Amino acid sequence: MSSRDKILAAVANNQPAKIELPDLSAFKTGKAGSVEQFAQVLTNIGGKAIHVNSWEEIAAFITENYSTTRVVTPIAELTGFKGIPANSDPHELYNVELAVIKAHFGVAENGAVWITEDNMGLRVLPFITQHLAVVIDGGEIVPTMAEAYDKISRLSSYGFASFIAGPSKTADIEQSLVIGAHGPRSMTVFIMPGRF
Amino acid sequence: MRVGLFIPCYVDQFYPGVAIATLQLLEKLGVDVVYPQNQTCCGQPMANSGFQDLSKGCSDLFLKNFNEFDYIVSPSGSCVLYLREHLSETDHHSPDYLGNKVYELTSFLTDVLKVENLTASFPHKVGMHISCHGQRGLHLSSMSELVAPGFSKPGSLLNMVKDIEMIELNRVDECCGFGGTFCVTEEAVSVKMGKDRIADHLLHGAEYITGADMSCLMHLEGILKRQGSKVKVIHIAEILNAG
Amino acid sequence: MEVTTKDHAELAENFNRDEDRVDWHDETLWWVRQKRDKMVHQLPEWEELREAASAIKNNVLGNLHNYLQQFEANARANGITVHWAADAEEHNQIIHRLLNEHKVTRMVKSKSMLTEECGLNEYLHEQGIEVIDSDLGERIVQLAKEPPSHIVLPCIHKKKEEIGELFHQYLGTPLDVSDPQVLTEAARGHLREIFITRKAALTGVNFAIAETGEFVVCTNEGNADMGAHLADIHIASMGIEKLIPEKKHLGIFLRLLTRSATGQPITTYSSHFKTPRKGQQMHIVLVDNGRTVQLGREDFRNSLKCIRCGACMNTCPVYRRSGGHSYHNAVAGPIGSILAPNLDMEKYKDLPFASTLCGSCTNVCPVKIDIHDQLYKWRQVLVKKGLVPTGKTIGMKVMGATLSSPTIYRLAGKIGRWTLKHAPFAVNNNFNPWYKQRDMPEPPEQSFSEWYKENRIKK
Ligand code: SF4
Repeated sequence: MSSRDKILAAVANNQPAKIELPDLSAFKTGKAGSVEQFAQVLTNIGGKAIHVNSWEEIAAFITENYSTTRVVTPIAELTGFKGIPANSDPHELYNVELAVIKAHFGVAENGAVWITEDNMGLRVLPFITQHLAVVIDGGEIVPTMAEAYDKISRLSSYGFASFIAGPSKTADIEQSLVIGAHGPRSMTVFIMPGRF
Repeated sequence: MRVGLFIPCYVDQFYPGVAIATLQLLEKLGVDVVYPQNQTCCGQPMANSGFQDLSKGCSDLFLKNFNEFDYIVSPSGSCVLYLREHLSETDHHSPDYLGNKVYELTSFLTDVLKVENLTASFPHKVGMHISCHGQRGLHLSSMSELVAPGFSKPGSLLNMVKDIEMIELNRVDECCGFGGTFCVTEEAVSVKMGKDRIADHLLHGAEYITGADMSCLMHLEGILKRQGSKVKVIHIAEILNAG
Repeated sequence: MEVTTKDHAELAENFNRDEDRVDWHDETLWWVRQKRDKMVHQLPEWEELREAASAIKNNVLGNLHNYLQQFEANARANGITVHWAADAEEHNQIIHRLLNEHKVTRMVKSKSMLTEECGLNEYLHEQGIEVIDSDLGERIVQLAKEPPSHIVLPCIHKKKEEIGELFHQYLGTPLDVSDPQVLTEAARGHLREIFITRKAALTGVNFAIAETGEFVVCTNEGNADMGAHLADIHIASMGIEKLIPEKKHLGIFLRLLTRSATGQPITTYSSHFKTPRKGQQMHIVLVDNGRTVQLGREDFRNSLKCIRCGACMNTCPVYRRSGGHSYHNAVAGPIGSILAPNLDMEKYKDLPFASTLCGSCTNVCPVKIDIHDQLYKWRQVLVKKGLVPTGKTIGMKVMGATLSSPTIYRLAGKIGRWTLKHAPFAVNNNFNPWYKQRDMPEPPEQSFSEWYKENRIKK
């Protein structure tokens, strides 16, 4: 008997009687998420929220704060920066200073944004970059993770996706918080009104 | 209402004052209370050490001694919790399960007698040690881990005592480290836990440390004495019966 | 004297030789507990979330057979290769084989308590394969050649000065540098080099979703993602209990996990791996290693609901004062003490006794495992199996007999009090663990029952 069959047989033999799944509808608030709460929580967890009105504003902000030669973005609307050519090797992103990507929505209760593979260009981009900037639609904030997964179920499928909440961090040394563990040292979320 | 008084073995032997205070307090409140002479122990010491089977003798004895009462009251949350959960193999859901009639003293006062006034007076600074079994087991007070409204049955009774000053603690409901046989099998950690609880009380100026379980207090007293401290332990029954 | 391998009480006593350090350890973890409290008290629905999480996990246990097959089929359809390992050894062999197939001799690994449980690093080391742990805490204990002492905070037992020394020795930081910021920066440089050069990455799994065949890995550092997205082959190891039925259930678990663990609203990264990236291989190893046995133990099966948040450790007054290594098991603390005897009752027979049964663990557990009740039940099992010292058994029998008979009890009480009064040296000596650091109670003249006879019965 293969290990698979052995394990499955043992599970079948030993598992208790099945009980029904709980009803989770009570956890959905039915309300829209608060942009203020999102921005506040994001700030609490080490991120930065910036309200902008246009792509130009974002581009200006980037040019002002980062050395543009090492800015990478798969966002077509952001012209003047390096894109990510098809079939590029993720290792080549090693020296990226700032990556700018779109997120589908934000979550007010925890400051996280939902980013799928198509937003990333390459999966490693939002992790390997020294600094991360994310653009979200200010109308796309859900209150809690309950609504977040509701929303995800209505979005198209992905091969990889991540909730990202603030810059990479660790508190492994005596519980003192250090921002910038392996991934980005900062995370900026541009909140833009209207769909894009 | 006939009430049987259950006095834990170590209280009977080492802290008769606690038992006397409990008895007098109940008598003052007009309760018809009797202490059955042939009682010994709830059986918890063996059971918590893994020898639940050996506690059967205690359970049988308990049933024999206390069958006739409407309520059984004891000044120990720990023993009461054990009795409620393990009194016998009887179906715990049956309405005449004896365990359901066993009450820890303070909850008997608040829930059954619904005491609203006491004549006691205790002009001292007192720290409350919340014993885990009473709190997390019998729900005598709210628990810091849970998101739920705050309450305290012993606390509400202490509030009725004249001139008492209750102190705040940094850690309101951390275990003192007694833990039955844990106090000897894990001596180092047990004592360290006790020392830390005491330090919290001392830091806030306690003259007395009180609680609803004498076992925790006995452990804390042992450390206080060894430290040469003037701070005393006192069972809540003694405060509620004071003055 | 019975032969014991390692014993919690003894290891804890060692740990307590340095009281300042115990205080520091206790305060550090208590601080984490307080962060958790602050966070959970902001959610009025907290207890309902715990209830829901518990109910979902109960459903999983009762339906695991189906969920496993559903997950396997979906994961395969997503292009993931699924492996099954009956035990630690098979798990390690599978990993070894996969690495061999790719001619890989150096692997980077993010946090996985399962690989710790399986002793993967040691195993691969013997096969000549180098594994580098990329979680900062794990890297630190790896450099120190120690096991992690906490499932979420692996090097919580280490002081920054000690870490500074290690980094000086291995990563070339200047002598006497112990600033966490500087040390973390040094580790960042060191580990980014590793990520960029390793062709194989192993990660743990926090949740695997039967409905979609994807799995979720949560980190704050981003190390799992760095490893996985740069490697040619990504292996994820998971215990079979990590399954959850549907993706929407993450909406419950991700709200609970990090609030319970560290008092953050969510981890920085909650990454959902569904298909391998183009040109990459993705493997999942489903591991039993005693879990199906635990599943069959009615009193203990719901320990499998654990989502490894570590909250029960942070709140445990014993853990905080005895340190993770005193549990001599990959998973320490209250949850470790109910999981370990399942793997080896003889070896871990001390652990269920390393608790006061205060119940704080049960109250913080986000999936409502009745941890302290299981500790109590393990004690009963261990006694029945004859795994407690003979002296204790005899003592308990004497005690049981004494307390079952009012006559013997009264006599024993008299003798006890008499001894304390007239021959205290018989009790107050170093053979009595109570007396070592505590005084005995003052023996009264009369027991209560004697008083009662005189003052109530005679009247
Ligand atoms: S037993 Fe509960 S509290 Fe402990 S680690 Fe597991 S999920 Fe967290």
